[in-house]
Amino acid sequence: MDASNYLYISALLFTIGAVGVVVRRNAIVVFMCIELMLNASNLSLVTFSRINGDLDGQVMAFFTMVVAACEVVVGLAIIVAIYRSRRSASVDDASLLKR
Amino acid sequence: MFISNTLVYLIALPLAGAAILLLAGRRTDKWGHLLATAMSASSFGVGLYQLMLMLDRPTEQRPASQKLFEWIHVGEFKVDAGLLLDQLSICFVLLITGVGTLIHIYSISYMSHDKDRRRFFAYLNLFIASMLLLVLGDSYLNLYVGWEGVGLASYLLIGFWNQKPAYATASKKAFVMNRVGDMGLSFAIMIAFATMGTVSFVGVQEQVSQTSEAALTAIGLMLLVAAAGKSAQFPLQAWLGDAMAGPTPVSALIHAATMVTAGVYLITRSNFVFDAAPTAQLVVVIVGAITLMFGALIGTAKDDIKKALAASTMSQIGYMTLAAGLGPVGYAFAIMHLLTHGFFKAGMFLGAGSVMHGMNDEVNMRKYGALRKFMPITFVTFGLGYLAILGIPPFAGFYSKDLIIETAFDAGGAKGIILGITTLIGASITAFYMTRVMILTFTGTKRWDGDAHPHESPWLMWLPMAILAIGSVSSGYLLSRGDALENWLYPLFDHSDEYQKHLIEPIIVSGMALTMVAIGVAVAYFKYARQDVSSTAPEDVSIFTKVARQDLMQDRFNEAVFMRPGQALTTTLIATDQAVVDGAVRGVGQVALSSGSALRGLQNGYVRSYAAIILVGAIALIAAIWVVVS
Repeated sequence: MDASNYLYISALLFTIGAVGVVVRRNAIVVFMCIELMLNASNLSLVTFSRINGDLDGQVMAFFTMVVAACEVVVGLAIIVAIYRSRRSASVDDASLLKR
Repeated sequence: MFISNTLVYLIALPLAGAAILLLAGRRTDKWGHLLATAMSASSFGVGLYQLMLMLDRPTEQRPASQKLFEWIHVGEFKVDAGLLLDQLSICFVLLITGVGTLIHIYSISYMSHDKDRRRFFAYLNLFIASMLLLVLGDSYLNLYVGWEGVGLASYLLIGFWNQKPAYATASKKAFVMNRVGDMGLSFAIMIAFATMGTVSFVGVQEQVSQTSEAALTAIGLMLLVAAAGKSAQFPLQAWLGDAMAGPTPVSALIHAATMVTAGVYLITRSNFVFDAAPTAQLVVVIVGAITLMFGALIGTAKDDIKKALAASTMSQIGYMTLAAGLGPVGYAFAIMHLLTHGFFKAGMFLGAGSVMHGMNDEVNMRKYGALRKFMPITFVTFGLGYLAILGIPPFAGFYSKDLIIETAFDAGGAKGIILGITTLIGASITAFYMTRVMILTFTGTKRWDGDAHPHESPWLMWLPMAILAIGSVSSGYLLSRGDALENWLYPLFDHSDEYQKHLIEPIIVSGMALTMVAIGVAVAYFKYARQDVSSTAPEDVSIFTKVARQDLMQDRFNEAVFMRPGQALTTTLIATDQAVVDGAVRGVGQVALSSGSALRGLQNGYVRSYAAIILVGAIALIAAIWVVVS
């Protein structure tokens, strides 16, 4: 099977994630879209690893997962904190820096 | 060169007087005028003492100098504040302090009803000190300090009654026009320093032979501009008539006897420059000739007694400038006319002041008439001055003016004939307008305003007039007897090369001059004594009279040629400044501001739009790299 098909899927997933970040208001959904983008890039990395026949890309994918896990911890904590104080999880409501 | 330590007192005394009166203020109101007069008189005493010392020394030792302090010492440029009293300066010192003291005495009475009399005397002392510094400075730079000082004193005194807006304007006009001349003097000093590396009189005189004629001509012309500004010569003459706004003693001292002759002093002092620059010398002669006719023509049409005398002053200084432009022969005669003029014109101005004093400050001669009986002393002293300015022998003007006319003819060729005839016609017109002044003021019928009670002035006023009248009678004879003044000034103006070659016999010149004077007197007599004079100026007069009444359009000319283009230039410059210079600066700010507000729109606070921008940016970046790589 041609390795480039994995890359097409990766691009598709990344685009879906990016569009989701831009168009959705709910912080949780935005967050999940970010995870989708991260996983899309992971898929690309693993594919590159397969194409090149070495393990560099797979190592990179592990690093990405570690970063994503940390990011989930911090990001969910922020979202929960914002929800507690503002009773809303909409990203558009959290625009205090504008003023 | 003889070193003297007492020269500084000449200047220090009146300067101290001015300082005390100005700094101590109203406390000195009671005795300020006496102090000022005493200071001026003691300065005159020092002057006489210096003259005695000078006469004791042999000719080559006569000039005395004194170094006061090192003034400027920058690299190669070194100027000391030094004084130089030579045969030329002493004439001026005695004229300034002598006439100055008489006018101080006169002013005690003339200004007695003015509550600011102390301030007036402080300014007078300031003027005397500045004028002495002007004639005693040993370099152009020292002279310049005095030059500015007299300009300031003149400004303060013309505008002494500055509660009247017209008088304040007159003083400003005089100051501004003088500034034009001062600019010439500063240019002359700069050119002298650039080409010769020195600004002292002695230094410049030594350097003249090694300097190009072009540079000397430039210096000479710039000095002439300076002289024209200070001495009310064409084309900077327009301020003198308005300067009559000042109190009459000021007109007598500053605008007749001393300050306005500073230009003649400058030219004669710079004789070495002009002798080496014939072009500049020719321009001096032309300026003198134009001014002498200009002033005389204005004088014929003025009804204001002071303005008529001011026009006459302008004309007489024209004579002096003309003589000074005729080279080594003329310098001594210019100075002689300057001295005699100092006597008779100051005397006549004081006479005019005396008449005004008795006529409720009326200056219009058409409102005078028949004052001879009421003011006999004023009439006699004014009359002696009148005979002197006409050049009737043996009065002072006869000697000095005839010498100038002779010298003008002696210039030779077409130049000599043109100048000679100009001076002769000038003498005739002088006779006409001075006779007119005499007739309108002292003879004929009473044309007074209702409440006039003319009376003779107190002795404090007529005494100075009498002394000046004695000077008007005798000074010409004393100065020219045995060529006294010429020989006295001989070491400064060496004219042995070209002297004693009269083209026309002096007696013939005198005859012509007296004939021209007689014609002028006769015309005035038939026009004003044989006919009734109306107390208002007639309106149905020829175009020439109308033009002369408006000072030969000098103000309109200045306004049209200098003022309006100047105003247009400044308006344009202001507009250019605002549009171009400020525009560029403001434009930069405006661009930063507007681009800032445009970019500010991006900072809308919505996380999603930030994310979208980042996305678009990343895609654009990748696209760009892709385009470049492939």
